[in-house]
Amino acid sequence: MAQYKLVKCTINGKETETMIDVRASLTDMLRNDYCLTSVKKGCEVGECGACNVIIDGECFNSCIYLAVWADGKNIRTLESLLGPNGELADIQQAFIDEAAVQCGFCTPGFIMTAVQILESGRRYTREELRKQLSGNLCRCTGYENILNAVEKTMLQRLGQQ
Amino acid sequence: MYDIKELFEAVSIRHAAELRVEHPEALILAGGSDILIQMREGKLAGKELISIYMLDELRGVALEEDGTIRIGSLTSFSHITQSPVIQQYINVLGEAVDMIGGPQIRNIGTIGGNTCNGVTSADSASTLFAWDAIIELTGSEGKRLVPIKEFYLKAGVVDIRPSELQTGILIRKESHEGYQGHYIKYAMRNAMDIATSGCSVNVKLSGDKRVIEDVRIAYGVQGPTPLRAVRAESIGRNQEISEALLRRISEAVLEDIRPRDSWRASKALRQHIAVEMAYRGLSEAIKLSCPEFAEQQKGGAI
Repeated sequence: MAQYKLVKCTINGKETETMIDVRASLTDMLRNDYCLTSVKKGCEVGECGACNVIIDGECFNSCIYLAVWADGKNIRTLESLLGPNGELADIQQAFIDEAAVQCGFCTPGFIMTAVQILESGRRYTREELRKQLSGNLCRCTGYENILNAVEKTMLQRLGQQ
Repeated sequence: MYDIKELFEAVSIRHAAELRVEHPEALILAGGSDILIQMREGKLAGKELISIYMLDELRGVALEEDGTIRIGSLTSFSHITQSPVIQQYINVLGEAVDMIGGPQIRNIGTIGGNTCNGVTSADSASTLFAWDAIIELTGSEGKRLVPIKEFYLKAGVVDIRPSELQTGILIRKESHEGYQGHYIKYAMRNAMDIATSGCSVNVKLSGDKRVIEDVRIAYGVQGPTPLRAVRAESIGRNQEISEALLRRISEAVLEDIRPRDSWRASKALRQHIAVEMAYRGLSEAIKLSCPEFAEQQKGGAI
């Protein structure tokens, strides 16, 4: 017996509502109901971070987050970073400049983790950044360039380049 | 999609207790970082779930009037680490839960879920054992308080009655006042890994910092449930601090622990690291109470 529930939430600044199958994960909802395909289906058991989104200011793996829990929450995905004329955000540009993207599958998840790091306004050491980014797996880059991109953007925003 | 037979969403603690009675087969779903994964694996496929995740009244850390630290069962690991109350009084708990999984897991995982799972490897559990935590359960017949070592019945089984859910974890003033603690997690990776073993130690020193008034040593993955090294603790109590004493206490843990061979590590390795973790944990906990101890230990003065 299928069981449905109305879920109202804010997604990328827009108030939305939809009827959702209670068995759906937040990844299912964001991809299937809102076409937000930056939210990747990777491991689907909360290990790889490819489905990472920001909910009320904190990062969550949306694959192990029930869609019904999104009710009343403020959710942000990579799509929210896009400027009005399609411009990239500084952190996205840094990923390109530092060659931190190869196949690109992990990139949206990494960037959303980076967004939380950058918005904290704190200056992290490289070692602390490693820990902050440890919930995202990348099988291509070897992480160094990703760290460079995040560190560079952090320093730029803090005006300490 | 998850293979959930039926999802019941609790709107209050009382409602959750009622749902427990109405649906005795249903599992309680807190953050879901264990249950949803086991559902995906097939182990828990087709189960009924009672979600308590939306019960915000079960979140937060508070210092009560009598000095008891109260941690709501749904408080996430990251919120425990960030809590000023935890940082001031039992910082080691914040450090221990900061070693669980990765950042996203620490945002969804809850201390209630970590303990209700009943697994020996839970990073929060050994530290809660070391602080003599008390588990608060709320059910249709009211509240029940259970010391954590009685809460764990056997591997994977905890003392929650049919109408109950865990609503809080309490650490009494007499359990934390004057103590300093240190947690060591031994695992293959620095992130996203389960402990091969974990050891949480805390000590209370005398006013002149020369005598160990009390010592508590707790382990994860040194038996089917987290456990305390009671014989080793009794050797250390009311003794003057010395290198030889720390070694004697550490060696004695072998009589308390009950490790086994598993695919993660052999019994021999677990015994070896149990001794070493106790020694290092003791040294660190003493240093936190008495910074001069570090120099004395280095210089061989003790």
